[in-house]
Amino acid sequence: MAAPIAIHLEFGGGAELLFNGVKEHHVTLPSQSEPWDVKQLLVWIQRNLLKERPELFVQGDSVRPGILVLINDADWELMGELDYQLQDQDNVVFISTLHGG
Amino acid sequence: MCQVDEDYQEQLQQAEVPSVSKKCVKCKEAPAAVVIRAGDTFCRGCFKEYFIHKFRAMLGKNRVIFPGEKVLLAVSGGPSSCSMLSQVQEGLSQNAHKKLRFSPGIVFVDEGGAVGQSVEERQRTLAELQAVFKATGFPFHMVPLEQVLELPSSVLVTAPALSERPAGAYKAAVDRFIQSDSSSSVPPRQQEETSLPHVQESHRQLLQQLIGSAKTQTAREDLLNTLRQHLLVHTARTEGYSKLMLGDNCTRLAVKLLTSISLGRGAQLAQDTGFSDSRYGDTILVRPMRDYSAKEIAYYNRMFSVPSVFLPSLDTKTTDKSSIQRLTESFVTKLQADFPSTVSTIYRTSEKLQTACRSSSAADHWDRCLLCMCALDTAVEKASAFKATLISEQLSQTKSPGASSAELQRQNPAPVELESAAPSGDCCSSGGENCVKAASGGGCCSSAKVPETSDLKTLLCYSCKLTIKDMSSVERLPQYILSEAHRRQRRSQMREEISDFLLDDEDDGDQGD
Repeated sequence: MAAPIAIHLEFGGGAELLFNGVKEHHVTLPSQSEPWDVKQLLVWIQRNLLKERPELFVQGDSVRPGILVLINDADWELMGELDYQLQDQDNVVFISTLHGG
Repeated sequence: MCQVDEDYQEQLQQAEVPSVSKKCVKCKEAPAAVVIRAGDTFCRGCFKEYFIHKFRAMLGKNRVIFPGEKVLLAVSGGPSSCSMLSQVQEGLSQNAHKKLRFSPGIVFVDEGGAVGQSVEERQRTLAELQAVFKATGFPFHMVPLEQVLELPSSVLVTAPALSERPAGAYKAAVDRFIQSDSSSSVPPRQQEETSLPHVQESHRQLLQQLIGSAKTQTAREDLLNTLRQHLLVHTARTEGYSKLMLGDNCTRLAVKLLTSISLGRGAQLAQDTGFSDSRYGDTILVRPMRDYSAKEIAYYNRMFSVPSVFLPSLDTKTTDKSSIQRLTESFVTKLQADFPSTVSTIYRTSEKLQTACRSSSAADHWDRCLLCMCALDTAVEKASAFKATLISEQLSQTKSPGASSAELQRQNPAPVELESAAPSGDCCSSGGENCVKAASGGGCCSSAKVPETSDLKTLLCYSCKLTIKDMSSVERLPQYILSEAHRRQRRSQMREEISDFLLDDEDDGDQGD
């Protein structure tokens, strides 16, 4: 059983509008048998944090095109995108580059 | 063919996935932090260098900004314009290699009234931005969009270019500048405590009505862009700036290019998306950020803590299909996700566009669209698609009594000359000369004091015409637009009257307003 992990989430570029305007969130992901990956994190965010208009944040399995993801200040493409396995105290930032939130 | 949802995964080879263990492709030592374009991984240091260098190269390659010139930076608070601001600061700092040599100012247009923000929200964003601007030390101007209601109609007039500089003058000017004051630096001016501008309630409502009178979201956004641009140019002119820097990035310009085509602005593409835009004559619009993708800017801002303020705009949180602009943006970004060279391909195409040189003289006012100030594209031959749309429109409209035959005749324009429809303005107020024309056209001295929608259309380019068509009433347009429209119509009528006596195409003296 993996221990619960603490993640620091940040939203910028207008994405925070979908989360009541709150830019920073410290969350603790509950423990589960397999390690958490980014795909599961997105599902978790959609279920627990996203206040409105999910289609403006997620599209299918991944984030909506136009939303950048940085994991520990590095491009998520370098970390494996959705398959990256989250570790304790990781910092994940979502920045929207679109006009529409 | 290329569909957004189509899955190519099985057919293509797996592209090599860059990973964090990869080294930076430039210095080959530090671990990679960002992926630019397709597969180029950079470390933080190299990315910063690359970013800064691109800005200088863009300005240096297009030698439009001369040393010592006053340049106004249009900052909207968004990431691109704030990034542009920080690049200018970086470039002007003393220890910069090949430092930039112009005097910047900042302008911010507060559009909260058009977007529906409350007064407190607007004050809050203004205060936040004021803090950011003060920290730069450049003179700044915070202008509410409501000021558009008080603009003079000279905004819509192309002023002659300040000085024709030959191509070789740039290098000479730079050398001269370096010799004259290489030692003195421009100290940051202490901006006096300026209180945040207060907007009258009546103006706020007028602006909201104006924006609200556009029935479609597309028209609303187009109208807002036009008004904002007029206000920016007016500020630049009154404060003595000869150049205006806009913060449009590559992604935004690619979207704008496709949107412009959809809106019918194909003839003006080069000016709308090119590096420099000289439609206003004396104030040149410059787009130095056009080589940066939105991703690069977002990363740079994040990694190097560039302050920016998010401001909601007209299309925040709207659905994909709410407007043409929004739909195009969604199309391009989705395509970019699967085909990372989409935006740069569109960008390269736009670089190849040039404006066709018109033979008409620069001072010919009625060669230009009333709203967007670009050359009119509606003087085409008889058997064109444009004429077909005019005729079908005419046939489907209900005619006003007394004006039918006159209007039908007028709608058969010769290729070059502009026609004005039945005058409905103050035709009898300025002496008697216009009444002769008016009497034959019917509808003279009617109670309508402002031009009707059909009258304005003859002064507009194709896409501005479509925007105006989507407005429920043109009376809500700001006074400067209506009075300039009026003036042009009167001059055009006058021109018709005396056309037999004119030599070449020169203007006779103005008959007075």
